[in-house]
Amino acid sequence: MSWMTLSLTLIFVFIPLLLSKTLNLGLERDTIIATVRSTVQLIAVGFVLKFVFDSNHSVFILFMVLLMIIAAVQNARHKGKAIKGITWKLFVTFVAIEALTQAVLLGLHIVPATAQYIISLSGMVIGNSMVLAILFLNRFTAEVEAHREESELILSLGGTPKQSINRQLLKAIQASMIPTIESQKTIGLVQLPGMMSGQIIAGADPIQAVQFQLLVVFLLLATAAMTSVLLGFLSYRSLFSERMQLLKMESD
Amino acid sequence: MNLETGNIPSSPAALEFNCVSYSVKQTKIIKEVSGRIHKGKITALIGPSGAGKTTLLKLCNGLISPVSGAIYVEDERIEEQSPMSVRRRVGIVLQNSPMVHGTVRDNLALPLQLQGLALSDERATTIMDRVGLPASLLTRDARELSGGQKQKVSIARTLINQSQILLLDEITASLDPSSLQEIEELIVKLNETEQITVVWITHNLEQASRVGDYFWVMMNGELRAEGSKEDIHASEDEQVKRFMKEVLS
Repeated sequence: MSWMTLSLTLIFVFIPLLLSKTLNLGLERDTIIATVRSTVQLIAVGFVLKFVFDSNHSVFILFMVLLMIIAAVQNARHKGKAIKGITWKLFVTFVAIEALTQAVLLGLHIVPATAQYIISLSGMVIGNSMVLAILFLNRFTAEVEAHREESELILSLGGTPKQSINRQLLKAIQASMIPTIESQKTIGLVQLPGMMSGQIIAGADPIQAVQFQLLVVFLLLATAAMTSVLLGFLSYRSLFSERMQLLKMESD
Repeated sequence: MNLETGNIPSSPAALEFNCVSYSVKQTKIIKEVSGRIHKGKITALIGPSGAGKTTLLKLCNGLISPVSGAIYVEDERIEEQSPMSVRRRVGIVLQNSPMVHGTVRDNLALPLQLQGLALSDERATTIMDRVGLPASLLTRDARELSGGQKQKVSIARTLINQSQILLLDEITASLDPSSLQEIEELIVKLNETEQITVVWITHNLEQASRVGDYFWVMMNGELRAEGSKEDIHASEDEQVKRFMKEVLS
């Protein structure tokens, strides 16, 4: 696709602008900002990726992955600000998941150890992990507040912090994983995943595109489970004092 | 602090407060409370809403910690014991103690389950008998019980830990007169036959008079008066006099 052809796709941006103006939605400014930001960010990333892929140097690959993790932490940490030390907990979670998934993918030679595979798959893993972390933190803090009396009852009877919060923790883990599991049930029927569609449009064999998509599906399922469980077990203790007392959470 | 102590005999203390204060952010909820809760007696804790009574009970059970001062459970400072041990020794029943999902038996088994132990059928039947409930209720869904039955199950659940000190936070506030009388009789019986020390928060001054051996009057986070019923009625503290007048009228 040429830059000229790409510019024609701006027609799609005029549609929401026109609708916003006609219906007085007041979204014109935000739509323009979103369009400019996504264009600049993606073009910049495109050039950076081209440079990293061409060099295929491990330092640049590591730097890119680290950048993704930092951005994901930055984005997700606001949702968990009630939890003490949430920044490093998110960082540890994302690093552990990235390390584990890459160890399996590269260790078993499922994908070649090149920048284009490592960075693309890392983006999917970390991005999915970030969304899962946000979903988990939202639900977990809400569950803890909603069932505070129940937790205090268990503590008052001599239970441990883990026992007092176990039900809420498991509920939040389940709830955050459901969207991933449900969306994967309808994959290929209701929706063609972006990566697979992209490969097919770029001329790849559909069967090979499906194989890669399946790899991503399994990968995302694993990251979903690992993110909620790891973050859950890293976080719950911060809601209690040293004397095993359930602390009041700061609201958003 | 202007505290009227009345004529309190020097019996052993189940709980002792030494200049205990508690605050949330800048707000002082409990202000330098000092005093003793007599072992094997029923102490009625009275005072207007927002006086800090529930907070005081939570401090005794270790659900919160004082910002200054010390609380002693039978001469041992709370902070020097494990929180779990304190909470088992000093049981608390709140006004609307939640029932956990499941049957009455599941609720009674909870304190033991938290320690990795099981509740035997014999012990379940005995504890139901102790609180005056029929054993046939053991298999009933705990959430389907009446208010009075729920409070009895809450008391039984706390007693499973063999607590020698029982803290009660307005446990009869939402009960009908017959359930209220049953609970009063149960607590008095537990106190008389098993020498369980009771601290009972109540807004009902008549109830406090019926069950209490001693009285604590708390106002605005302070312990304003303590002693027998006569001591409280004879109090010279203006705030206590005003409160008693309001309640009695």
